[in-house]
Amino acid sequence: MISSTIGIWNYWIVFCLMMIGLFLVIGRKNFLKKIVGLAIFQTSVFLLYITFGKIKGGTPPILNESIDTIYSNPLPHVLILTAIVVGVATTALGLSLVLRINSEYGSIEEDDVSAQDLVDYHDDIETGKNFDFKFKK
Amino acid sequence: MIDILIKNLPIIVVLCPLMMSLLVVLIPNIFFSWALTTLSTFLTFLFSILLYQEIQIHSHISYALGKWMPPIGIEYIIDKVAIIPIIIISGISFLATIFAYKIMPEEIEKKSISKVYSLWLLAIAGLLGLVTTGDAFNLFVFLEISSLASVALVAIGAHKDKQALVAAYNYLIIGAVGATLYVIGVGLLYGVTGTLNMADLTNRIADINNNRALIAGFGFMIIGIMVKAAVFPLHIWLPRAYAYAPSAVSVLLAATATKASLYILARILFSIFENSEDLVNNTLLFVILPLSLLAMFAGTIMAIYEKDIKRLLAHSSVAQIGYITLAFAIGTKASIAAGFIHMFNHAIIKGGLFIAITSIAFYINKRVTVNNLSGLGREMPITFFCFVLCSLSLAGLPLTAGFISKLYLIKASISSDGIWLAVLILISSALSVVYLWKIIEVMWMREGKKIVKKENPTIYISLIIITFLNIYFGLDASLVVNGSFEAADKLIGDIK
Repeated sequence: MISSTIGIWNYWIVFCLMMIGLFLVIGRKNFLKKIVGLAIFQTSVFLLYITFGKIKGGTPPILNESIDTIYSNPLPHVLILTAIVVGVATTALGLSLVLRINSEYGSIEEDDVSAQDLVDYHDDIETGKNFDFKFKK
Repeated sequence: MIDILIKNLPIIVVLCPLMMSLLVVLIPNIFFSWALTTLSTFLTFLFSILLYQEIQIHSHISYALGKWMPPIGIEYIIDKVAIIPIIIISGISFLATIFAYKIMPEEIEKKSISKVYSLWLLAIAGLLGLVTTGDAFNLFVFLEISSLASVALVAIGAHKDKQALVAAYNYLIIGAVGATLYVIGVGLLYGVTGTLNMADLTNRIADINNNRALIAGFGFMIIGIMVKAAVFPLHIWLPRAYAYAPSAVSVLLAATATKASLYILARILFSIFENSEDLVNNTLLFVILPLSLLAMFAGTIMAIYEKDIKRLLAHSSVAQIGYITLAFAIGTKASIAAGFIHMFNHAIIKGGLFIAITSIAFYINKRVTVNNLSGLGREMPITFFCFVLCSLSLAGLPLTAGFISKLYLIKASISSDGIWLAVLILISSALSVVYLWKIIEVMWMREGKKIVKKENPTIYISLIIITFLNIYFGLDASLVVNGSFEAADKLIGDIK
């Protein structure tokens, strides 16, 4: 029982990180914290892939003369390199959006922002208020 | 020369917008950046037409990227199924680019226009790559290319309305969680089967029965793609993203973005997992069927109570996606064909409606709400005539494209002993008349004030083309219907 639990130790870590990340994304009202949660969530998936690639006693996959060498699978690592790049792009875009939200709304709390939005939305609908362009054409 | 072109078409279709997007960003002039974008979308459309002709001869094209043979290398597959979304995406993006010429400079700062066109092409390239690739992980990369580009495009609407930022943020977070779920699924599948090639996955899954990791992987993949396709309870990002994006972007996204994901959903359900029938059939019956029915009604009812027209159309999109997934959920050959027919028709219908509404926003210079529309029908006859025709098509009146898709959907549901399904589809269609009539009534029946601007041919030309398509495919649907039946044939073969 104990040995099997420890044997899949990595998967427990992955599971915990995944749940922490997902909880932060869903549960937090702060836009910045959601991005942090998303990053943790994505990192847990990286770890999951890396764990797949590990074989007990496996060596790096460089061609070896001896016949009985066990090679680790290099493909998950390569895939994760791509996924890391995607993750960085997502985080960067998210952070820049948070910056813009902060400068437009003066807050990055979901409650404040959606309260302001609701007021704007009703202004639009009920009074047909013009929305003027903010820059000169 | 032509030979080499034809041989490399599957990758050229993706690379044409991808490479051009890098070029467009260097051109500061508004006209030239637009012209180059139009050229590249036109070329993409031309290449996909060529591809369509190739498909009629060979019926299955497999392209090994960089001559690394599949299943080890990345494979691009074009068959009779994939060609439908390719034609939809390249065609609609061409029309939307023509439409964008006059609209873009009105809503976006002049100095950032070429960057917007660059993102625009990047989004198109991502969607096309999503459809052509035959590699499960490569699909994730394209999924993220298209969704990051679309998020940035939506956020550019902040020049006009700051709510676009929150809309883009939600789109980003929900989309990224969806994509990550998909990657978890692919990872589990890779752990079990040891391959990422879709055709190879199909074969290897056949040897594995009742593996729990396989079932979990299937679940993760389906949920991830359902987020991207905005299937009912996971559609939250869609109405806001479409409503606050810049006008031209709304047209592009509404007509193309979810179609690619719906195609991937069909591909996972009927192609990759075709050998684990129990799993797929249970998913269809207990997950996708109820959710589609809910989507049909929830989307329609939300649309009825909505006053902002762009949001109204977005809610209606949720309902229409419900029809498509319902067609997949019935799972017979006829119904899957009906799903593809509706996928095509919905693209031209929603494209037309969004072009009409956004050009109205351009003329009245306000958010288009129900109250703002009064009497505009007489001011802008061409735009509103096309809008009414597209609305009739959405409601499914005879002689329009929408009728054909409803006809085949209802036929398919009756032939699979689901008369109650046919009744529900009819009720939902009837309800959609309510929100469309609400708009038409305000435009034609009420008195309104005059507007100064005259209708501009550069704006309504794509509207007229797309409305013509709506009527044409209502009168002679043989092209779409035959294509869809061949696609369904290819997807589920002779099993059912």
